[in-house]
Amino acid sequence: MNVQAATDQALQMRKNIITMLHAAGSGHPGGSLSCTDIVSALYFGGVMNYDPLNPDDPNRDRFILAKGHAAPALYAALAQAGFFPEEELTTLRKLGTRLQGHPDSTLLPGVEVSTGSLGQGLSIGAGLAAGLRLQKSPARVFVVLGDGECEEGQVWEAATFAAFEKLGSLIAIVDTNGLQIDGQVDQVCASGTLQDKFASFGWEVYEVDGHDMAALIDLFTTLKNSDTPAPKAVIAHTVKGKGVSFMENQVGWHGKAPNDEQTEQALAELNGEVSRG
Amino acid sequence: MVKLASPEQSQEKKATRAAYGKTLAELAAEGLPIVAVDADLTGSTTTKAFAQAAPENEERLFNVGIAEQNMVDVAAGLSLAGNIAFTGSFAVFGTGRAYDQIRNTVAYSNLNVKIAPTHAGISVGPDGGSHQMLEDISLMRGLPRMKVLVPADYAAACSALRLAAKTPGPVYVRMGRASVPAVYAPDVELEVGRAYVLREGSDVSIIACGVEIAEANKAADLLAEEGISAEVIDAFSIKPLDAETIVASLEKTGCAVVAEEHSIYGGLGSAVSELCAQQCPMPLELVGMRDRFGKSGEFEELMEYFNLDSQALVQAVKRVLERKQH
Repeated sequence: MNVQAATDQALQMRKNIITMLHAAGSGHPGGSLSCTDIVSALYFGGVMNYDPLNPDDPNRDRFILAKGHAAPALYAALAQAGFFPEEELTTLRKLGTRLQGHPDSTLLPGVEVSTGSLGQGLSIGAGLAAGLRLQKSPARVFVVLGDGECEEGQVWEAATFAAFEKLGSLIAIVDTNGLQIDGQVDQVCASGTLQDKFASFGWEVYEVDGHDMAALIDLFTTLKNSDTPAPKAVIAHTVKGKGVSFMENQVGWHGKAPNDEQTEQALAELNGEVSRG
Repeated sequence: MVKLASPEQSQEKKATRAAYGKTLAELAAEGLPIVAVDADLTGSTTTKAFAQAAPENEERLFNVGIAEQNMVDVAAGLSLAGNIAFTGSFAVFGTGRAYDQIRNTVAYSNLNVKIAPTHAGISVGPDGGSHQMLEDISLMRGLPRMKVLVPADYAAACSALRLAAKTPGPVYVRMGRASVPAVYAPDVELEVGRAYVLREGSDVSIIACGVEIAEANKAADLLAEEGISAEVIDAFSIKPLDAETIVASLEKTGCAVVAEEHSIYGGLGSAVSELCAQQCPMPLELVGMRDRFGKSGEFEELMEYFNLDSQALVQAVKRVLERKQH
């Protein structure tokens, strides 16, 4: 049941992402669409514990979008979950909005911390997990990073710290879509695999199809209920631009809003009115 | 009038950094949810003293190793769980190495994180220019939401740390390694947004902070021998700056020397210049590091070498008095 609900919500998120980016005239569709199923599984798959009417509930699980440029995915999830009205989504990036180009926690309920400068979210999540442990809180901390983001050295400072501190309640999910602004991650500047890296830092490492909703919910639920001391890394294999045929695996759709015609086509595809090109 | 050190107390010299671990331990003992995050300098910054002060403090000190960027964001995360998180390192790394973390996470999210590094300025001495942080006030002052406190002595540092803990949001407290004479009474309680007139005068205002307060006091004594009456003001809270106290002094004396163990770009000299230009234009002379890095040497030698000592202040006062007369 959770799988169907999360699948339906993910579809709605994708429509919202396209609609709000079109309204904004700028933003990041590719990386928003690649992490949509991951975010939907957490919020709508029965994984995370949260209360939109009480966003500061001390027992809530925490979500940090380290790859802050995927803000439209987070905003769509938060609106659909009831943190704020869905109509507000089309104010994205406009003067006076609570929906800043990158998440601003001082403005929008449900955003735990402002992000946008890559490489910081995992450290914040590690500190948060350590702080929750001091309070004997059972809450879990989920951090969604990008695979390009893992080029930031600070990610590995955080990986060392989290393993050393045995922060088993910290769950890092790497939206591994294989692309970054300048091209393929493995052709820009890369060595080794994220699986090997996290494993060598002392993390439990899991791999999953980042668009298989049942598998995502199953894995996240297992990790949430795990009491092992090691932090957990999930390498989620995803497709940048997932769900919109002409955006899929296209590096050019990292940071560009769809025009009127492209928006119409994208929404038609998502609504199942046309077959994917 | 703020409580100043007695003549006997002012003979005592102590480094401002010595206040750090001890004051954190006191605040924790009072029931505040203090945590400290350090980067392999728990002895130098004295956070070790915090951890050792009580058994329950031990798990509240996090040593992230040599990883200052992680240090600041781990502190950010700890603050999100309801803690008052202090970060410490040498000022050069604690602010410069982690500037983006301080800007984009701590200040932009308005988190309850205190940036409280030690070893600021040339008072680090023999370690040389790589370790002598002379741009930190500038970096921190430029950040929205960040408050900037520069204690002049040990008692002021204790007070600054208490203020930091009790003031919601980001606060910068600049501490040093050099031993400095006591200026304030041991139990002094200073305030955010206040400057303190340490000595009244009528010919010139000397507005200073940190280790320059001791030099300003010495300079005022030397000037008095020549019949020049200098008012000495401790601009303890560089941001927010106490415009009222400073403008009142400037309007009384008609000129000022601003002194800091920091670059003249972006620090106290800039802050007072901005205020003066907008509210009471008059001659100012700036004493500080003039667009250069520090170098190895003993603290006192460097103060003289870089024209930051009391003699340099006396010369600056004479220059500004000359300009005032024309």
